[in-house]
Amino acid sequence: MVGLNHYLVLSGVLFSIGTAGVFVRRNLITILLSIEIMLNAVNLTFVAFGRALGSADGQIMVFFVMTVAAAEAAVGLAIVISLFRHKESLNPDSFTGLRW
Amino acid sequence: MLLLILLLPFAGFLINSTQGRRLSKGVSGAVACGAMIGSFLLSAVSVWRLVAMPVEERAIVQTVFTWIASGDFTAPFTLRLDPLSSVMILVITGIGSLIHIYSTAYMHEERDPEYARYFSYLNLFAAFMLTLVLGSNFLIMFVGWEGVGLCSYLLIGFWYEKKSASDAGKKAFIVNRVGDFGFVLGVFLAFVQFGTIDFQEIAHAVNAMGAEATFGTLSLMTLLLFVGATGKSAQIPLYVWLPDAMEGPTPVSALIHAATMVTAGVYMIGRNAALFSHAPQTLEIVAIVGAATALMAGTIGLVQNDIKRVLAYSTVSQLGYMFLAMGVGAFAGGIFHLYTHAFFKALLFLGSGAVIHALAGEQDLRRMGGLKRELPITYWTFLVGALAIAGVPGLAGFFSKDEILYRTYAAGHPLLWTMGLVTALLTAVYMFRLVFLAFHGERHSHDHHHLHDAPAPMAVALIALAAGSVVAGYAGLPAILGGGDWFATFLEPSFHVEIGHEASALDAHGLEMTLMVISIGVALAGIAIAAYFFLTRPAAADAMAERFAGPRRVLSNKYYVDEIYDAAIVQPIQIVSREGLWKVVDATLIDGTVNGVGRLVAGAADVIKRTQTGSVRAYAASLFFGVVAVLGYYLWQ
Repeated sequence: MVGLNHYLVLSGVLFSIGTAGVFVRRNLITILLSIEIMLNAVNLTFVAFGRALGSADGQIMVFFVMTVAAAEAAVGLAIVISLFRHKESLNPDSFTGLRW
Repeated sequence: MLLLILLLPFAGFLINSTQGRRLSKGVSGAVACGAMIGSFLLSAVSVWRLVAMPVEERAIVQTVFTWIASGDFTAPFTLRLDPLSSVMILVITGIGSLIHIYSTAYMHEERDPEYARYFSYLNLFAAFMLTLVLGSNFLIMFVGWEGVGLCSYLLIGFWYEKKSASDAGKKAFIVNRVGDFGFVLGVFLAFVQFGTIDFQEIAHAVNAMGAEATFGTLSLMTLLLFVGATGKSAQIPLYVWLPDAMEGPTPVSALIHAATMVTAGVYMIGRNAALFSHAPQTLEIVAIVGAATALMAGTIGLVQNDIKRVLAYSTVSQLGYMFLAMGVGAFAGGIFHLYTHAFFKALLFLGSGAVIHALAGEQDLRRMGGLKRELPITYWTFLVGALAIAGVPGLAGFFSKDEILYRTYAAGHPLLWTMGLVTALLTAVYMFRLVFLAFHGERHSHDHHHLHDAPAPMAVALIALAAGSVVAGYAGLPAILGGGDWFATFLEPSFHVEIGHEASALDAHGLEMTLMVISIGVALAGIAIAAYFFLTRPAAADAMAERFAGPRRVLSNKYYVDEIYDAAIVQPIQIVSREGLWKVVDATLIDGTVNGVGRLVAGAADVIKRTQTGSVRAYAASLFFGVVAVLGYYLWQ
């Protein structure tokens, strides 16, 4: 029987994978994908709790998160494209102009 | 109605100050004169209504609005017309109108905007002066007091491109600040003592008290107020600004520095006569300062060569007379002299202005002479003014000056009376020295080709004031000459004096007559001395000047008072400001603090800025660990 704990553990694993991806990958697009994984890990917690508590609130929240994630992906990718045009590179470490 | 009296000149000020650039000289002059004449007519009607009232109730009060109400302290904007202020508003608006009319011709050579600026200041001055005399409490009076000071500053420095004029303006303003400081402290003390600043209420409160035998609160209060009066009315020790104020246009000298503003101090004492008469110690000081100022300024006036400076010292001297009168408790006498002096001194100033105008700016008496034939109107009116101020019987100055001298003697001050008498002699001498040097004798310079007598507007003002100088004195014709002393009787209710000063108790007609004969003799002697030295035997004057070269130099240098003030006050302040306040306090302390704060921020930023690496992943990591730390904190709770 798959219970709430299973979902939460899976969600935690997914979130950790996403976080690690954000930190260690050197490609902006991969970083954006890692962020999507983190967001979906959170979505999974929402629906898991929603089901366990018999409430629709979790699912409604998920819709919002998905909408925001879509918008974020659009804007994020647009930024990535213009960054690439600027420096011919997708490595985040080559964009450190905003510093002292 | 009362409000309108002071709003009319204010409206004139607004029009000329905002629209002046677009108005021609004719229009701005007409606006200013119209405002003043309208104000004069309203004043006349108001005074007429006042006189129609029964003696006991003579007061018209108009409360415009409550200006300040805070706890126990209330200061309504209330105007009050009583006999004392009615004399003042008639002098201000009447003589003010004449001087406005005179100015339309005198200032004609100014450019249009300057001309409008001049008239806007003049109107503003009138509005403030009327506020000063109509205000029914100290605060309203103070508004006018400061306002006329401002206008005085603006008009002395009217020709501000001239360094001496702008310096003179600043000097007048700063010296007056010293006096105003005393005045304000006096008002504060009055509020602390009486819980009100309304003149009527203070008079009633103080009349319930006895006169102070020793120097106490009332003496201190009145002394502080008197300090304010010495500043505004140019008495020792704060008289130094008035002679320099002659840098302003001559009609300004006539209006502000002879007829109206400088008498504000005298008016203020008259307005608070009840208060002052309860502080005999202060009155003593007032009388002594007045007599000393009168004598000192009179001696300086003897040797000045600038026609306006002679008149300036004469004004200081005559103001001293008024304070002498106030000091011996002859409040009506002081105001009477204020009123007659306004006529003849305005006349003398305007006459000197006509001379200066005719000579294209020449003010040195030694370069005048022989103007009698070319300037007949100016000469004859000036002569009337000189006779009036010298105290020749039948003219305005005689009655008022005589009243003061008599009351001084009757109050038991023979020494002050002697000083007054000597001043009367000096007055006659320096005035006729001026007349003889300017109008009689030989022409000393012939380079003034277009000599012309006063143009019509100036002549009108001169003649009207000359007529005033003749007849004004009859308002206070003393009883022994068949008069009723109507002026004093009219004013008496304003003073609320309910104690002391039984000068009339020893009202020996014989004494009054004797003193009168003495002062007539002195006046004629003065004229004779002047005639001897400056008309018939000019060589004798030069011989005298050589024999008394030392005293003469002291007098020409005005007793070195300006130099003493400069060494004792101005220089130390400058040195302390430069060496102490500037180089130590400002440069080290204040600049050090400000720069130190700046340096601290810059140093801290140098350290903290290293966290701004610009690396997105570093920011993401700090965000992550931050969230973990916060969550961890709450989980551990």
